[in-house]
Amino acid sequence: MKKKAVIELSHLYKSFGTTDVLKDFNLNLFEGENLVLMGKSGSGKSVMIKCLVGLMEVDKGSIKILGKDISKLKQNELDELRTNIGFLFQGSALYDSMTVRENLEFPLRRHSHNTEKKTEALVKEALESVGLPETIDLMPAELSGGMQRRIALARALILKPKIIIYDEPTTGLDPITAKEIILLMMNIQEKYATSSLIITHDVDCARVISNRMILLLDGKDYAGGNFNELASSKDPKIKAFFK
Amino acid sequence: MGNKSLLLVSVTGFILGLVFTLQSRPTLMEFGAVSWMPSMISISIVREIGPVIIALICAGRIGSSIGAELGSMKVTEQIDAMEVSGTNPFKFLVVTRILAATCMLPILVIIGDFVALIGSAIIENAKGDVSFLLYFNQVFEALKFTDLLPATIKTFFFGFAIGLVGCFKGYNSKKGTAGVGKASNSAVVFTSMLLFVLDFIAVFITDIFYN
Ligand SMILES: Nc1ncnc2c1ncn2[C@@H]1O[C@H](COP(=O)(O)OP(=O)(O)OP(=O)(O)O)[C@@H](O)[C@H]1O
Ligand SMILES: [Mg+2]
Repeated sequence: MKKKAVIELSHLYKSFGTTDVLKDFNLNLFEGENLVLMGKSGSGKSVMIKCLVGLMEVDKGSIKILGKDISKLKQNELDELRTNIGFLFQGSALYDSMTVRENLEFPLRRHSHNTEKKTEALVKEALESVGLPETIDLMPAELSGGMQRRIALARALILKPKIIIYDEPTTGLDPITAKEIILLMMNIQEKYATSSLIITHDVDCARVISNRMILLLDGKDYAGGNFNELASSKDPKIKAFFK
Repeated sequence: MGNKSLLLVSVTGFILGLVFTLQSRPTLMEFGAVSWMPSMISISIVREIGPVIIALICAGRIGSSIGAELGSMKVTEQIDAMEVSGTNPFKFLVVTRILAATCMLPILVIIGDFVALIGSAIIENAKGDVSFLLYFNQVFEALKFTDLLPATIKTFFFGFAIGLVGCFKGYNSKKGTAGVGKASNSAVVFTSMLLFVLDFIAVFITDIFYN
């Protein structure tokens, strides 16, 4: 049985001035899977996902999310579509002038017309699911890096998105905290049955969480397959990723 | 950002009034024109010095803080995060700040002008035995509507410029923490220059209207 693709990227090209970042990049994310994308620093991973959610425009190529071509959507339709996507930014990107509670309420306010009680309940639920209910009235600056990452994860989850995109969820964290984040991601995946696109350099993270992997090299989707297939590959370029 | 600006503007305004009056006294004395002090001071402060000096101070304080704030939101991807959560960051961050700066500056200038006149009155009171009542009577006699109106209108534009440049520099700041510093710095530099240009245009237009 072939699964439905929730994200389909085909033949993406993107360059900044004279540097080509993406050159014919293809990717499909299927319903319910954890797809890991690996690539060297500066290879264009963040650029790719920014194009994907419409924060940057691609030079060429098509991007379909849940069957909709995002270049053909009006702003309000794009905003509507974005409610289906949770996004964990590389540096957490918590709003530093707002409390944890306000951070989590932010996506809710804009999107759904919840009552105050409902909002409160959703915020509490999201904080429980990342294990930090006591931080609700703190400012992001009062939290450690790992806690910030978890709050950012809670914020990405709060609209119960069908798709979650993680940009390097474990970078900059100690191995133990990184493991906690990975476990959290797996719990979330189970609980909400999301499809996830995970960007990482972290081989351990990839091993644990991936159902399938794609390697980004020279702007292309250089190789794909499951972890064991890729890890045992003879190609020196692929081997370099697993050292 | 209001409270601290208020204090800053009051202190500078007060000192401006003191110093300006002290410096002008000898010259006016020479010409036996010390009694013109209130009208001279009030007209020059209300028309020109007050708006420009206070706008410059606010460019340093408000403009740089807007630049730094939006700049750091930009480089830490907070602006991107807003956009993907379906909020138009331009409306949410930029429009509100420009509006706030546009509305705040005229108020700060009026307060600053007033405090400067109090400073001047104190000197006149101490050195020239002019009572406060007499001083402000003369001030209000000297000031016409045609002084106040253009002076106030131009402060709205000054406020708008401070907000606009701060937001623009912050919103377009380059990656990294260095980008934030640069954004806030160039917001101040560019705004200060722009303020003088705007002031010149304002004076030029006023001149056409009234003469
Ligand atoms: N706004 C931009 N303007 C110009 N060049 C950019 C811009 N954003 C990214 N780049 C360039 O695109 C390339 C890819 O950057 P990107 O941030 O996607 O890397 P990455 O794969 O996410 O790396 P990392 O693992 O370090 O996060 C880099 O060479 C970078 O200099
Ligand atoms: Mg990146």
